[in-house]
Formats: sequence, C-alpha cells, structure tokens
Amino acid sequence: MANNVTLRIEDLHKSYGALEVLKGVSVDINKGESKVIIGPSGTGKSTLLRCINRLTQPDSGRVWLDGVEVTDRKVDINRVRATIGMVFQDFNLFSHLRILGNVRIGPMEVKGMEKKEATELAMEELRRVGLADKADAYPAELSGGQQQRASIARALAMDPKLILFDEPTSALDPELIGEVLEVMINLAREGMTMLVVSHEMGFARSVADEIIFLENGVILEAGPPDQLFVHPKHKRTAEFLNKITELYGETSK
Amino acid sequence: MDRLMVVWNAFPALLGGLAITVELALAFLGLGLALGILLALSRIYGNRFLASIASAFEQVFRGIPAIVFLFLFYFGSAQIGLNLSAFSAAILAMGLRSSAYQSQIFRGAIQSISSGQMMAARALGMNLYKAARHIILPQALRFSIAPWTNEYAGVLKDTSLCYAIGVTEIMRQGRYIVARTFGNSLLIYILIAIIYFILVYAGNRFFSFLEARLRIPGFETKGERTERI
Repeated sequence: MANNVTLRIEDLHKSYGALEVLKGVSVDINKGESKVIIGPSGTGKSTLLRCINRLTQPDSGRVWLDGVEVTDRKVDINRVRATIGMVFQDFNLFSHLRILGNVRIGPMEVKGMEKKEATELAMEELRRVGLADKADAYPAELSGGQQQRASIARALAMDPKLILFDEPTSALDPELIGEVLEVMINLAREGMTMLVVSHEMGFARSVADEIIFLENGVILEAGPPDQLFVHPKHKRTAEFLNKITELYGETSK
Repeated sequence: MDRLMVVWNAFPALLGGLAITVELALAFLGLGLALGILLALSRIYGNRFLASIASAFEQVFRGIPAIVFLFLFYFGSAQIGLNLSAFSAAILAMGLRSSAYQSQIFRGAIQSISSGQMMAARALGMNLYKAARHIILPQALRFSIAPWTNEYAGVLKDTSLCYAIGVTEIMRQGRYIVARTFGNSLLIYILIAIIYFILVYAGNRFFSFLEARLRIPGFETKGERTERI
C-alpha cells in the first residue's frame, strides 16, 4: 500500500436485518486530503463513518488506517479509535464536564497524559477553535456552534490521523453554521485528513478534494467538486447537487 | 414528673439502640449502593450471562418479604452450620435486598443518559469500563439522588424489622424499657417514632442539599432540547 494512503475502505457491506445499507463501498483517502460524502438520507452515510472506527461492526469488507487493518478482529480497537477523531451531529459533549474537561479527558484517560500537560494541550486546541474564553463553561451554557467547535477541539486533542465529521452542521441554526465551517476549512488547509458527511457545499467547494455521491448503499459517482458540479456523469448526481445547492446555498469562503 | 424520669432514664439505652440502627442503615445502604451499581452495569453492559444473573438476583430479592430473608439468613443459615451473628445476618439479608432495589434506580438513570455520550466516549478510545466510570456514572449518579432518597428512607425504617431476629436496635431497646418500667408504651414508642422521623427528615434535607450542590448547568435544559424537535 502506498505510504501516503491514510484511510482505505475496501468493499464495505452492512445490513440491518433485511435492509442492506452499504452494498460494497470503497474509498481511499490520502494523507492531508478532505473528502465529502453526500447523498439522500438513509443511504448509509453515517453507517459508513461508524464502520470506519467500528462503532458499527461492518458485515464484510476491510478498513485500513495507516496500514493497520481496523477490521482485523484481533486489533486493539480502542487504540485505533484513539487515532480517529469523530465529530457528531449532536456534538455529544460530555454534559457533566466543563469545556476544558471535555477536551482534556481523552488525552488523560486514553493516552495517560499528566493533568498539567493535558490542560495545556486542551487550552491550545481551544484557542485553535476560538474558545479559550469558554474553558470553564459547561456545554449547555454554549451555543450550538460553540459546542460543535468544542467537540472539534476534543477530537484534535487526541492528535488524530483522521477526523470523521458526521453532519457537523445539521443541528445548527443557520447563523451558527459559518463559525463551524470556518474551523473545518482551516483544518483542511492545515493538512488534516478529513472525511465529512455534509451537504454544506461551502466546505465542499472551498477545500474538498473529492465529493462522493452515495446513493442506495453504493457510490454512484465521485470526483473533484468542479468536475461533479460542471460535468457530472450521471443525471442523478446533477439533480441531487442542484437540489442541495438550492437548499443550502453555495457560499464558499 | 415520673414520666419525665422514665424518658430521662431511657435515653442512654435508646441512644445505644439508635447507634445500632444507624450502623445497620449505613451498612445496608453501603452494601446496596456498591452492589446495586454493579448489578445495574451488568444488566446494561454485561454479556447475556451476566445480565441474566443480575436480572434473576433482582427478581428474587424484590419478590420476597424482608422478614422472610431475615429469618432465612439468621435461623436458616444456622441450620446449615453457618453461625452468623444476628447483626451480620441482618446486613446480608437487608443489604442484598437493598441492592436489588437500588439497581433499579441506577439502571433507570443510566438508561436515561443519551446514547451519544457513550458513543463519544468510545469514539475517543475509552474502553467500556472507563466510559462507564468517567462519563456515564457521574451523570447517572446525579440523576439517582432524588429516587435514592426514597430508598434511604425505606431502608432506614426497615432496620426496625431486625428486631425480629434479636438485633438490639432502637425498637428492641424500646421494648426492653417498656418491659422494665412496667408500661409507658405510648411514651416510649412516640419517642422512637420522633427519632425515626428526624432521621428520615434530616436525610431528605441532606440529599436535597447534595442534589443542588452537584447540579450542573444543562441537566435541567433537557426540556429545551425536546422543544426544538
């Protein structure tokens, strides 16, 4: 495998009962690349992300992260997960911890870092997302946009090789989406490897290396944003892109 | 005046009984707390074997009267050669019983925590134990304080059942005083009633204080989240 491939997903299948959600999905992401997955709801976008860190167990197919097979039954999955950041639609910040506590608990409890060191690291990540002044607040005291930025800081504090974003702006009020997208765009520009499920074309058009159109459990089409927008191979891709740009706008940074 | 002297003279013995009552209550609640949390965790996160054992345990200990357990653990155990003191037998019987009830409290509280909390913890790389200890339990235990106050009151009052196997807790001391002083039932039992009431009342006040003290912004805003749907 080429050295610069961070994530390789090969022929992933997943069914829930009789419903086959993923019907053989393969994706490669090189180090420093950002890819965006779009597609109608219920087509397995979130399932695909969760199969990568095995929060959902795929039925078949393989996933490698930096040459380590994640889907190998014998792999220490907690060690793998510690190197994959995950950002959720509903933020899922730990409600009983202050923002600082949320960001440093991973390094402390998973990596065994000393509290002092973890605190410094956490403060640095909070500055990175513009939330250093909210370190002592509880999650519920923040706006949705701030909570999502905090959850990005929580992922960053683990120094991940890859960050998975599961519809990071879908739960946000429209005026709060921009601040989260800005953080994500900066991350992508700094060279973070990212796989993003989102219909925010602002992010896709400004920094994504590829847009992957997933429908009914298969990748219908994938390509650089400009190609997909200007010369989509499938009529269905064009239709879908038109629909989401209509809905979400196309403001790029 | 005579009556007042009876009360005055009864006090040391009643206080001795009160000490035993408090010891019993603390032991029942402590054993119940530790085991109750383990039972709840087993029910929710354990494999099928562990979960069904925990479930069976809960069913048995909630399905049989306390007095029957006291007799079984004290008189019954003696018959098979286990010479438990009345005090130890009481702790086992009532502590195990309380753990079954407490596990229901903790199970409800744990299940009320959004599944996203566990998912986020596991996604960070925490194992199940760490996720439960650092993320789930600190939240669930806060939710448990209010229902746990009920268990506290129930268990404290049920210590009086230990009278029946000869533990000299406050009720038995009361009985002795009534017998020694030829009567005075009304007076002594009213005194005991007041003491129980004060213990329960003080406990309730303490747990309300604790709940307020440990309250975290956001736990009360859950309603706000549902309104948004």
